[in-house]
Amino acid sequence: MTDNFTEIRLRKRYRAEKRFKIYSVSALILALLILATLISSIAISSIPAFTQINIGIDVKMNDDQILQFEEDPENVSWRSLQKKSFYSMFPDVETRKDKKELNKLLSTGAYIEIKKFYLDNPNKLPDNNIIYVPASDDVDLLIKDIIDRDLPQDMRTISDNQISYLDKLISNNRIKKTISWRLFSNSDSREPELAGLKGGIVGTLLTMFVTLIISFPIGVLAAIYLEEIAPKNKFTDIIEVNINNLAAVPSIVYGLLGLAVFLNYMNMPRSAPLVGGIVLALMTLPVIIIATRAAMASIPPSIREAAYGVGASQMQVIVHHVFPLALPGILTGTIIGIARAAGETAPLLMIGMMAFIVDVPSKITDKATVLPAQIYMWANNPERSFEYLTSAAILILLVILIMMNLLAILLRKKYERRW
Amino acid sequence: MLTIYLIILLGLSFVSYFYGKRLIRRRVYEQKISQHSRDSYHGLYLSLYLIIPSIILTLIWLASSPNIIDSLLKSKIKNSLPDLSLGEINILKSKVISAYDGILPVDSEQMEIFVGFYNSANIISTNFIIIISALVSVSFFLFALNRIRVRFNARSKVENILKFSMILASCVAIITTIGIVLSLIIETIEFFKIIKITDFLFGLQWSPQIALREDQVAGEGLFGAIPIFIGTILITLIAMFIAVPIGLLSAIYLSEYSKPKIRAIAKPMLEVLAGIPTVVYGFFAALTVAPFLRNSGASVGLSLSSESALAAGLVMGIMIIPLISSLSDDVINAVPQSLREGSAALGSTQSETVKLVILPAALPGIVSAILLALSRAIGETMIVVMAAGVAANLTFNPFESVTAVTVQIVVLLIGDQEFDSAKTLAAFALGFTLFIITLLLNVLSIYIVRKYREQYD
Repeated sequence: MTDNFTEIRLRKRYRAEKRFKIYSVSALILALLILATLISSIAISSIPAFTQINIGIDVKMNDDQILQFEEDPENVSWRSLQKKSFYSMFPDVETRKDKKELNKLLSTGAYIEIKKFYLDNPNKLPDNNIIYVPASDDVDLLIKDIIDRDLPQDMRTISDNQISYLDKLISNNRIKKTISWRLFSNSDSREPELAGLKGGIVGTLLTMFVTLIISFPIGVLAAIYLEEIAPKNKFTDIIEVNINNLAAVPSIVYGLLGLAVFLNYMNMPRSAPLVGGIVLALMTLPVIIIATRAAMASIPPSIREAAYGVGASQMQVIVHHVFPLALPGILTGTIIGIARAAGETAPLLMIGMMAFIVDVPSKITDKATVLPAQIYMWANNPERSFEYLTSAAILILLVILIMMNLLAILLRKKYERRW
Repeated sequence: MLTIYLIILLGLSFVSYFYGKRLIRRRVYEQKISQHSRDSYHGLYLSLYLIIPSIILTLIWLASSPNIIDSLLKSKIKNSLPDLSLGEINILKSKVISAYDGILPVDSEQMEIFVGFYNSANIISTNFIIIISALVSVSFFLFALNRIRVRFNARSKVENILKFSMILASCVAIITTIGIVLSLIIETIEFFKIIKITDFLFGLQWSPQIALREDQVAGEGLFGAIPIFIGTILITLIAMFIAVPIGLLSAIYLSEYSKPKIRAIAKPMLEVLAGIPTVVYGFFAALTVAPFLRNSGASVGLSLSSESALAAGLVMGIMIIPLISSLSDDVINAVPQSLREGSAALGSTQSETVKLVILPAALPGIVSAILLALSRAIGETMIVVMAAGVAANLTFNPFESVTAVTVQIVVLLIGDQEFDSAKTLAAFALGFTLFIITLLLNVLSIYIVRKYREQYD
């Protein structure tokens, strides 16, 4: 009877054990599955954005245009050259309305490619040239089978006529799929087939540069002081509590600080990497200070004592011994902090770094946007192509961040010393 | 101009470093007595005295000159066009500055005068600061040069400068806090001059955009913050509901059950989840999770808003998982092995050890981790901006669209340039509330760990 009772209880307990183990392992699997879903859903939806459909058009300049070109390439009316050349490929399209529809197959920026071609190859001016120009985003989606051509006409953004023109182009072998390098060479645009990330990438680099040159020296100096020099008193306590609290302040509050102090009080330029960099630097500072202090605390006291023993001053001990030994750890922490700042969006929205900016910024006071803000703006764009572009931009951002983190891990692996 | 000056100065200070080194070498050679400080300290002493005054002056100038030139331009406009109102002067002023930057064309003669004035004011002020800082720097340099002797204690001078700069750097943390608190408080007080504080804290209607007629009292809109607080609480609760069990259980698995190999793979993966920018989560919520929830809701007959609190909360929970799991993992690992062994010796199964021994021992740390995660969730912006709604709905229904504090801050501040309207001030009042709440949570989490942590060693 008792044996039976114990056995039942034991079995129950083992079942409970098994259940608990299943719960905990499934929690972990669930978390990893979510990660996999997140990455794969973004990766899959970014695929269409990495290729681009181009349409080849026969371009031949007439003598007038060649003369104009030789005077000044800006004099040539590139748009009408593009239109005329394209229309001449479809002699049976006659009415204005049809021609307009036909022209909509090409991107509104198609003429830029023609201009670029002639600027690069001035010796081909009198020839008959086939120039490939970007197709409009609707054509792009149709050829990638994202727009279903079997749908009734009024349910898709591309008309039957346009599809028949396209079919002709396809049978003439004038459709070419290329890798969309313009993602890296163009700046933002209202047209998805022309929009690129160059402005955002350069803006991020400039902002991170400002963040780094402000937060690294200040963070390291502060950490050295607090870890090695500061006497234990009220003042030091206040600083330490402050740093811990700053690490927990929501990022958007830093944005409010930037808006109120740097933009409205100090009149610094709006939307500039300078202000964005300062705000992110203040945000990164606690991360760098905490990482630096941890790195310096892990240097054994024997190093310091040996240096003192041969007559070094406190500063010499720090500058010549402790700091160089702690540097790998400090750099690792700094890179991780900067990587976090590079993915930050909210404070930058506050100081206006999400404006539509076509020019690539060249200095830290120019108007600029950053990659995450670019992602946010594209995500808000209702046009379907921007959905794929946003995913591609996210993938690029993630690759950059992962590379930074890998660098930090490598640094740690290579130079980390166990004492 | 200023950049060139600073670059030249940098070059000069570089040269003066080597000059100081050579100088002290020569003196030692001539006087044949041993020196007090090593050569490099004399060099550093010289170059620091050359460059630091200029840098300080330039920083002060950079912070103050735009304001001074601005007010000069304003008074110039006011003098030549006395009948303009203050707002018109401000508009004209920003036009002049844009024209100076080359964004707007200089279209009238008057504009030309103002732009010319602004231009010359800028040039004069730049020249002024360059001359002043050059003079100050050179005199400091000469002073330093004069003091260099063989027995001169250059080392402690240089070390003091370094130490002082370290103290200054530590103060940046305090200055930042003061800056945050002051900028939030000042605007918040301005806001409460327009809107009563009780209306803000206990009002049930939030519609800052409504301005029916200008002369209406309610033209300012309604600023009752309860609906957005409720929205934030609802979204945060959903997030915690997802994140706490998953995060905690995976931490338990990783620290108690898993083989080292699995741990070595799974832990960095969770850290990847922590490193993903929040804007990516926002995109995931808006584009994948929300439509999925709406469709699956529709298939069982539930009508979900496309900006439902559920989607935002779910994704926010996903974002919080790694935070909870890594913090609890640390806490669980800190529980000494002897406790586990003692429990096993008494015959308990592993899960009983976890539930009855380890979790109680680690509880303060876990609670503090949860509080930290809570404060992260409350302050999180991009996920809710992209996945939650804008309209303030007073509801506890997770299938409906709600808004959050951070969403309102973003919505109120984006695109609005006018700084003293109730709308922008309201954003600061919300920011201040947010700051206070996260601060309290943080302090509470530190307090819990300090007060209830068991000391085992």
